[in-house]
Amino acid sequence: MASLSFILRRILQMIPTILFILVVTFVLVRLLPGDPATVMLGDRGREADIARINAQLGLDKPLVVQFLYFIANVFSGNLGNSIALRVPVTTLLVERLPVTLLLTGMAAAIAVIFSVPLGFWAALRQNRASDTIIRGTFQVGLSMPVFYVGLLLLIFFGAHLHWFPIGGYGHGFGDHLYHLFLPAVTLALSLSAVLMRNLRSAILNVIDAEYVDFARSKGLRGYVILVRHVLRNAVISTVTLFGLQVGVLLGGAVITETVFAIPGAGRLMIDSIYGRDYPVIQGLTISLAIVVSLIFLATDLLQAWLDPRIMR
Amino acid sequence: MAETAPVLKVRGLTTTFETAQGRVTAVDNVDLDVFSGEVLGLVGESGSGKSVTLRSLIRLIHAPGRVTGTVEWEGRNLVDLPDPALRRVRGGEIAMIFQEPMTALNPILPIRVQIDENLRAHTTMDAAQRRKRMLELMDIVGIPAAARRLEEYPHQYSGGMRQRAMIAIALASSPRLLLADEPTTALDVTIQDQILNLILDLREEFSMSVVLVTHDLGVVASTCDRVAVMYAGRIVETTSVHDIFARPHHAYTRGLIGSVPRGGSERTMLMSIEGTPPSLAHMPRGCSFNPRCTFATDKCASSVPHLEHIEPEHTVACFHHEAVARAGVSQ
Ligand SMILES: Nc1ncnc2c1ncn2[C@@H]1O[C@H](COP(=O)(O)OP(=O)(O)OP(=O)(O)O)[C@@H](O)[C@H]1O
Ligand SMILES: [Mg+2]
Repeated sequence: MASLSFILRRILQMIPTILFILVVTFVLVRLLPGDPATVMLGDRGREADIARINAQLGLDKPLVVQFLYFIANVFSGNLGNSIALRVPVTTLLVERLPVTLLLTGMAAAIAVIFSVPLGFWAALRQNRASDTIIRGTFQVGLSMPVFYVGLLLLIFFGAHLHWFPIGGYGHGFGDHLYHLFLPAVTLALSLSAVLMRNLRSAILNVIDAEYVDFARSKGLRGYVILVRHVLRNAVISTVTLFGLQVGVLLGGAVITETVFAIPGAGRLMIDSIYGRDYPVIQGLTISLAIVVSLIFLATDLLQAWLDPRIMR
Repeated sequence: MAETAPVLKVRGLTTTFETAQGRVTAVDNVDLDVFSGEVLGLVGESGSGKSVTLRSLIRLIHAPGRVTGTVEWEGRNLVDLPDPALRRVRGGEIAMIFQEPMTALNPILPIRVQIDENLRAHTTMDAAQRRKRMLELMDIVGIPAAARRLEEYPHQYSGGMRQRAMIAIALASSPRLLLADEPTTALDVTIQDQILNLILDLREEFSMSVVLVTHDLGVVASTCDRVAVMYAGRIVETTSVHDIFARPHHAYTRGLIGSVPRGGSERTMLMSIEGTPPSLAHMPRGCSFNPRCTFATDKCASSVPHLEHIEPEHTVACFHHEAVARAGVSQ
């Protein structure tokens, strides 16, 4: 079956991608200035102690050997221990990554919920007042820095109105969602703007297509034409953009987590970079990169499902 | 045929568009009759308004465009029919097929869905009956291996098969009038003949009327019963297919006929008359053909000739139609 082999091929394509990610991560981390032993011991660390720690971490071995160890460890699920926190990196990841994924997922969902109907509406009322207002508002959203919007929302809805907590993550799933709402809105704002603009122009491209006229000439109801013929075709390009933007969203999560004091992977990343915590940086980079490539895989499959011309 | 009332009676059909150069009139005061079971050919140079006329009949004109006049169909005026009633007419009573099936078929829906949605809109058949009807339609239009091909997408069809699929979709709910906008121009010659013969067969089988837009006088001669000639948004002459070739009464028609080499290839495109058609934004005063017309007089440059009956079945919009007829067809 054509679609099954397409899916298999697409999954196999991830293998070289992941290997590439491993190489890049390894190299990038070694390129960071400063070495962990010095950071741990401070400036007064003695030569012998520094050498001991480097040996402990395997940092005294040739790069190639270090790389082979690294690969072997990654595939056995051993990402080493955090230098600063002295716990296995995998423990940290299991603790922190879901927070960021939940935040990003919420932001993505909010962005879709807002941008699809608004993009549709703006397209159908092309160049009328409501179209201009929607686009103008989102243009502002797009051009404001994430941390600034986050602070504004915090001050107004958190500190002033007390509708939402001003930070933290809470306990229990419902509480998590409640705590993450403002940060997710902050994060969703610029994504909504991008998606809405893309969807609006995609719809305007599709709406004059001859197949839409042919559908009209069949006497179909207005909403059938809009959903089945216009929206389904328009959304194909938006899905691609959405996939690409999720990477950006994860980057935005780092800032948002800092503003809202959320104990997620973004905060952990910043702390580890300051602390030269190699194993944590490595673990985070690899797992975030794998998350992103899984999202790309999902959008590719979604796109192929929407557009049968892709599956050949 | 002339004694019976027309099934479609178009009077004063006018379609205007707002453009950067102001309002343009793409279809100007068009009168047309379509009789039961006939194939009416609509011919004219590129840009003369054939497609806009066809679309205007079922109000398939995009928003800034405006359609006025009357399109009388079964006692209703389609120009001001409310949307729900118009939806029942579109596809159910009057269907349309387009020139380029690749762009007229939705690329991401299997053919099955594109036929099925027509059946759902206009019939009360259940799923099993619709399936049976779809297989039957595929068979009627000559698409083999129907069950498999129904699940395929337009890009998996060849050009000719795609046009057949579009016809199957259009005819799904047994319309009584088919509007065909150059349905064969995008196809090679052998396939063109097959598709035209298919349309003629289906006309018999479904006892429907057809309005066939074409550039091709060979197609007119072989498929049409009557012909309407369009120039710059107006109908300039309508008559039987015999008379259009034997006794044209409009200088433009005469030019078209004269441009077909006798005894040569049967398929020759229109358009070898001196000069170019006017642009909609700069229409000449009076008869819009007068700048290119060898019969033109001062009168032609000042007032517009209206379509008049010179015989029961022959109408022409020309002050000098007698002179044109006397001049005869060249050779
Ligand atoms: N939406 C529109 N806005 C403005 N002008 C339009 C619009 N649609 C069509 N026209 C104009 O109306 C005129 C008639 O166009 P139409 O497509 O009906 O020509 P046609 O006779 O079908 O030509 P062809 O043989 O090339 O298909 C053209 O001058 C075209 O530019
Ligand atoms: Mg046309």
